[in-house]
Order: sequence, then C-alpha cells, then structure tokens
Amino acid sequence: MSEPVPSSLPALTMHAAADLLTRRQISSVELTTAVLDRVARVDDQVHAFITVLADRALYQAEEADRRLVQGTGGPLTGIPLALKDVLCLAGERTTAASRILEHFVPPYSATVVEKLAEAGAVFVGKTNLDEFAMGSSTEHSAFFPTRNPWDLDRVPGGSSGGSAAAVAADMALGSLGSDTGGSIRQPAALCGVVGLKPSYGRVSRYGLLAFASSLDQIGPFTKDVTDAALLLQAIAGVDPRDSTTSPVKVPDYRAALTGEIRGLRLGIPAEYFTQGMQLGMDEIVREAIRVLESRGAELVEVSLPSTKYALATYYIIAPAEASANLARYDGIKYGYSAGAPSMWENYNRSRGGGFGTEVKRRIMLGTYALSEGYADAFYRQAQKARTVIKHEFDQVFRQCDALVAPVSPIVAFRLGELLDDPYQMYLCDVCTLPANIAGITGLSVPCGMLNQLPVGLQVLAPAFAEETVLRIGHAFERSGHFRPGKPNL
Amino acid sequence: MTWEPVIGLEIHAQLLTKSKMFCGCSAAYADMAPNTHVCQVCAGMPGVLPVANREAIRQTIMTALALNCTIPEFSKFDRKNYFYPDLPKGYQISQYDLPLSRDGSLAIEIDGTAKRIGITRVHLEEDTGKSIHPGGGYSLVDLNRCGVPLMEIVSEPDLRSAEEARLYFMKLRSVLLYLGVSNGDMSRGGLRCDANVSVRPAGSAEFGAKAEVKNMNSFRSVKLAIEFEIARQIWVLESGGRVVQETRGWVEETRETVSQRVKEHADDYRYFPEPDLPPLVISRAWIQEIQAGLPELADARASRLAREYALSPLDAAQLTVSRAMADLFEQTAALLTANKRAVANWLLGEFQRLLNESGIEADQQRNVRAEGLASLITMVEAGTLSSSAAKTVFEQYFRVGDSPEELVSRLGLRQVNDRASLEPIARKALAENAAAVADYRRGKTQALGRVVGAVMKEMKSANPALVGDLLRELIEQGNAG
Repeated sequence: MSEPVPSSLPALTMHAAADLLTRRQISSVELTTAVLDRVARVDDQVHAFITVLADRALYQAEEADRRLVQGTGGPLTGIPLALKDVLCLAGERTTAASRILEHFVPPYSATVVEKLAEAGAVFVGKTNLDEFAMGSSTEHSAFFPTRNPWDLDRVPGGSSGGSAAAVAADMALGSLGSDTGGSIRQPAALCGVVGLKPSYGRVSRYGLLAFASSLDQIGPFTKDVTDAALLLQAIAGVDPRDSTTSPVKVPDYRAALTGEIRGLRLGIPAEYFTQGMQLGMDEIVREAIRVLESRGAELVEVSLPSTKYALATYYIIAPAEASANLARYDGIKYGYSAGAPSMWENYNRSRGGGFGTEVKRRIMLGTYALSEGYADAFYRQAQKARTVIKHEFDQVFRQCDALVAPVSPIVAFRLGELLDDPYQMYLCDVCTLPANIAGITGLSVPCGMLNQLPVGLQVLAPAFAEETVLRIGHAFERSGHFRPGKPNL
Repeated sequence: MTWEPVIGLEIHAQLLTKSKMFCGCSAAYADMAPNTHVCQVCAGMPGVLPVANREAIRQTIMTALALNCTIPEFSKFDRKNYFYPDLPKGYQISQYDLPLSRDGSLAIEIDGTAKRIGITRVHLEEDTGKSIHPGGGYSLVDLNRCGVPLMEIVSEPDLRSAEEARLYFMKLRSVLLYLGVSNGDMSRGGLRCDANVSVRPAGSAEFGAKAEVKNMNSFRSVKLAIEFEIARQIWVLESGGRVVQETRGWVEETRETVSQRVKEHADDYRYFPEPDLPPLVISRAWIQEIQAGLPELADARASRLAREYALSPLDAAQLTVSRAMADLFEQTAALLTANKRAVANWLLGEFQRLLNESGIEADQQRNVRAEGLASLITMVEAGTLSSSAAKTVFEQYFRVGDSPEELVSRLGLRQVNDRASLEPIARKALAENAAAVADYRRGKTQALGRVVGAVMKEMKSANPALVGDLLRELIEQGNAG
C-alpha cells in the first residue's frame, strides 16, 4: 500500500526520498528538477550557493535512475545534496569563497565527494562559506553573505552558512560542511537543522581545503538525525590518502537509532551555561535536557574547569596551522595573481589582494604565535593547554556517556551586527571550540525557538562514539517535544 | 699565530626509493621535461595531504645504524616555513627537534691514524623544486624534484683541515653507495655538500665565527672551497678584521667564495610539528630487523675478500674502498675458474690508473664490465693475447666501451701461436743474428732476447714466450745437426 507522493518533493528528508525512489514512485530526475526549481525560486533571497550545478546534477540524476531501475541503488542514490565550497569537486570551481581561488578548478575530487558520487548522490551545487572557513556568520565570504532562511536580515551562522541554509530552505535534502571550531554545529543551530561534527580522524580530509589541520572535520547537515546517520555512514572510514584518519571500524550508525536512552548518563557541564547566554536560551536548552531525562536518561552535574582556556587555545593553534596551510596561495601556480613585476612584490600583492580581512588577520596571528621569541609562550603553551582540555574530557566521560549543552550563546544575529568586533564574533564559538580541541564528536539538534529563531541542543560524546550522539539526538526527536517547522520562503 | 680550522659538513643525499617522500610519484625525476613529473600532492595543490614513504624511513634508519647512531623510540616530522617559488606549499616537511637519529660517528684514516668524526644527526625531509635563472628578468620553476626523499647528515665540527673534510666526505659517500641508498652523484644533485668553516687560534677552546659555504658541486671543489675559505678567514683575522657569520657561495670560475646577498632578517622558519602526519613510533624490533639486513660494509667485505681470494689485507682494503670496485672484482672473479687474483691486479693496477687519469670514481665509469674483464684475462691466460697487447686493449675498452674481443680483432692484436707461421721468421732471425746466437751458445742465456726481439719486430703479434721456446728448439736442432 503506497503512500501518496508529497506535494513538495524538496521538503522530503533523505530517507523518505530514498524510500520513494526505491519504489519508483518518483524518479531522481523529478526530484532533482524540483530541487533545482526551488533553488531558482528561492536562492536569490538566501544566497546559499556560489555555484549551482544544474546540468551536472541532472546528468547524475539520470545515472542514478538507471541504477535504481536495475535495483543496484543504495540509500543515497539519486538524492540531491549540496557541498560546502571548500570540498574539491573535479572539473568544477572550488573557491573557498575567496578571491584568491575564484577561478580555481581542481582536477581531483575530495575523498568524501568521491564516496558520495559512487553512492549515486546528486550534487546540486557548491555552497557559500566564510572565506577559508574562517568565521561564524558567512559574512566573510569574498562574494556575498548568505541569509538565514528564517529571517533574511540575519546571518545563517558560519563558517558553513551556505550548507546549513540550503538544507533549511529545502534547496538540498542534505549537505556537507566542515567544522573546525563549530562551523557545522553553530550554523545548524542558527538555521534549525541537524549538524554533526564527527570525531577527528573519522572522516577523510583529503580534498578539503585545509584551514587547521589538527581541528578540521567534514560532516553532514540534514533535516533529521536519521539522515545524519545515513550521510555519516557514506563518508566515514579510513583513507590511505589521509594519514590522520583512524582505522577504527565504522559501525552501522542507523542501527544506533533505537530511540532508547534509558540509563544513559548525560553530563551537564556547568561552564557551558555561564557563557553570556541570550535571555531565554538557558531555559530552552534546559527544557530539552529535561525531555531527555523524561525518556530515561540520568542527569549528572559535571565540571570542565579548563573550558575558559579553550578560546585562547583555539585562536592560537588554528591560525598557526592556517598560516602554514595558506602559504601555498601565492599567485604563482594557480589562482589570483597580481602580475607585479618582481617576485616578492607579486607575493605581497597577490596575497594582499586575494585574501579578505579576516583571513589576513588570522594568518598574521598565526605567524606571530609561531615566530621566534613568541612560539614558546603562545604556540607551545596552547598545545599544552590543549592536552589539559582533552584530558579533562577523558575524565568527565568516565562520569557520563555524553554531555548536553547549548550550541551557541545567541540565536541568529543581524547581518553586520558583530562585524566590527572580531572578538565578539569569536565568542559565538565558546561552546563548540572545545570539541575540536579534544577531537571528540558533537551533534547539534533543533530543540526550540527563541524570538522565532531556531535554537540547537548540543550533544558531545567521546571520540568515535558517534552512535551515542546520534542515539540521543534521535531520541530527542522521537519525544515530539519540538517539531521543527519550515521557514517562510 | 697558528690557526686551527674547524669544519663541519652537512650532506644531503637523495634516497634511491621508488617513489617520492610523500606521494606515489616516481622518484626518478632526472631528465624529465619540466613539470611533467608531479602530482597534486607534491605540487602542493589545495586540499592535498602527505603520506609518509616507509622505505625512505627504513633507508634513513639503515644509514643511521651504519653510522653508529642512536635511533629514538619516537620521532616526528615538522613544517619548515618559508616562501620561495620552488617550494609550492610554502613550507617544507622536514624534521626539527626529534630527528630519526642522533649521536653517531664515522672513522677516517688520516696520515695512517684513524680519526673519529662525530655525526650529530641523520634526518629525513622532502626535496624542493628547481629554480632556473636564465637571465633577462625572469626565472623558471620546475617542480619535478619536489618531494623526492632527502636524507640530511650533519657532522660535528670535528674536521680540522680541507683534506680531512674531503676524506670524511668520500668515506661517507662510500658508505651510502655500499648501502645502496644514494647514487653518490654530485653533478646532478643526488649528493650535495655544504660546509661550516671557521678558524681559531691553535689551542683555543672557543669557536670562531663561522661561514656556511655552499654551491660546491664536485668532490674537488669541496676541498678547494674549504681551503680557500680557511685561507680567507685567516687573512681577514691577521689583517685585524672580524670574520662575518654569513653564507658564502663557491664560485668555480674564479676559485673563491663570495658573500651571498645579506638578508635583512635572519631566517625564522617557525618550525612546528606536521599535523598531517602522525608521529612515528619506531619499534626496537624493526630496528633489529634493519640492522640484520645491513649490507656488508667496506671493512667486513675487505676481510672476507682477503680470506676468500687469498688477497693481501692492503689489496683487499683498496679493492673495497668503493663498492663498485669490489662488486666488479667479485663479479669478474665469479666468471673465472682460476687465477682470480689476476682480477685484483688489473683493478688495482691499470683500472685505477685510468680512473685517476680521467678524474672519476669506480662507480662513475660505465664501460668496463665483469664479462669484458673476464674475457680479457682469459685471453691472456690462453696465450691469445700478450700482456702488453692486453694493456692496450684494456685502455681502449675503458675509454670507448667496445668489448675486448671486438677490439682484439679490430686492432689485429691476436697473438700468433702457431708454429708454422712463426718458424720461417724464427729461422730468418737466427740467421741474421748470428752473434747473439753465438753468445747464447756460450751460456749467455739473455742473449736470446735480442733474437726474440728481432722476431717480434717482424711479427708484432707473435707470442714472445712461444718464440723463445721455438728459437731454443731450433738452436738445439742446429747444435744437433
């Protein structure tokens, strides 16, 4: 007995669409066409995409339909997805939202992109971000800011603002972003979608334009936790091209979605609730935690005293690594080149002209933190603090199975509101940074609205315990306490 | 005032691995058209990541063990950050404070005494691309060489003369050739040498200001450049000046070192651990395995050759200075059933002479091979070739590369051994040298030599031993008749 096909195909979740595709009630070409129509209608308000890949997407959709007809499809076959424009897709522009790579076309694809393509997914386009993933609002894109679908005068968060907004606005059924200090979780919370940062080493970084090598991870944006499990399943795993990936076996993430959290111990870290939260935020998050308790989880008060060092630790290590990772953008081999008459002048003018202000700020910070006379006090000290922060998590995870906390101290702010004060912008990430520093996994799941803007609940678990965060997020969804709506677009 | 030179050498050797250090590109980049021998990883393109070459690490550890170094349990790679067009990532992956090995040594022999030269460290890094400056206001960058594994060997400042430095360098080169980790070729960058040179008053314990001397592109220029630099520094100090701590380049054409452009800022490489490569945990078991797999080094080989081939210790030692020479010896000896010592005589004699004349090392010559040398020796044994003719053939063989058989035919040097051809000439010579024959009959056996000479003059390719026998026989017959 088949169900009627929903009137809005783009509004489908990935798993619902996969179901309809498998039963041949819809085709991927139909689904993809509907999604592309939606993009055409709505993206001139949201500006989630830097590049829309209409022709390529339809070609992929036709391929997918052939596989589906033969019965050789999988959970992602024919599903339209978006990719943060920091993931290389061979033959298509990959810009990092930067002028210095505005016309760069890589001849190779990222491992995660290859995996999705092999699974038969369809790529709708490359989404907008803060330049080189440095930011929390997507306002630092060199091209244009992305708008929050819930309120077009507000930011979608960052740095993966485009990927979050695309899913929130039904311009893709799911998307990939990257999270270095919160760049998946924070925009997911601000846009009212699910966002997952896998543990460091869970997903290959090969083909991800590097920001901070020891912090970056690629992860999914989806409409529900089930979809997040599906997308993680497709991209997780060891990669011989990335020496930092882990050989830890990839479990069946969907099997973790039992809805059962009885007996799970949830730690409430005191320090995450004193970070200058917006009025009303604390209450919404605590209410969500009580819902989990009502489903049988045990709550435990815990403390992570070194949380206050996370911001400084991050803003030394990340820029330091970035200052080296971005040294290759020199206007000599590819990308923007100033064409100056002498070598050093060309270096300076290409990089000076090609990079935006925030990127230059971080390169300078990072170079300074590594420079002779300062490296011990800054870089090395930050690495020591990093070890302390990680050990603290290890210890806390003996008292509980997961941590629950806010994602962002504030809901989506207005465009331009925090641009004059970089430090205030950095404070957006105080609750998300520590997970990257420690290499653990974190999920953001929509848990309420504040002033008609989305609020996310953050769930953190030890490295390689993605099953735990997915299980908890899924159980929260199943409770029915909060059913996310759709923005009016 | 007597001055004591203090020298330390930094040697870079490209390892003979199949692939580059951090990607799967072939490491055999030489002679390729520019920028055709790269992949996105060694070209440092956006989003790529390095993957360490295990064989390069093994070869480095093997070299370190051959140099008596300690291998730590824990090592790592670091980023060395600087901007230059032939460094595509803007940083070089190298090793800073936890190198693959430390605290080794290499013994050299100077004036008959053994001297221990300390080795500070042996570490591993990636090579950069090449910059070519054709003049005319532009430069060209070739990335083919990017990522080739490079082993750096740093000596303690234990060398006290240019000659010691040369000996140390040649011995180290020999070790690397023995291990099969380097081709020892300075002319194409396979082996590079920089020297840190300073002087101090003899007997002083403090170090003087040092100059780093670069751009020494041959074995000879290593010694010449260091000699020049020592003399230059002494001259500066004796004129009341101060030696400036700087980098100086050797200029072959003018035979001097010149100060390289003085930099405004000292290099700050901002080293930090390479986050894309997990640290290396080096198991003791693996080290033991590598140690057990060390090829036979020079000294051990000399002992064995002396024993197996009944060679004098001196001959064995000289044969094994170069692995190529030792290999040629054993390969040639394997092709002969008897008189293997003749091989040693040829190699230490004629072959070494020709090498010296050509100014090359045994491993740099290509023409003389085991098969050719063996056949030459066999021909001499069989009497087909006289020893003087053999020397002529060998010299041609060395220079031109044609096989000895070909050369013998072409030059008409085949010894005549058949009596029928020799007899008429012998009789004629006897008739024409009656005085010598008379002296011989009287007991002056050497007098026969003059008659032999006469035969040889008439027929150059006659086998002189056979001629002598024939003449004696004919004289006997004459006596009888």
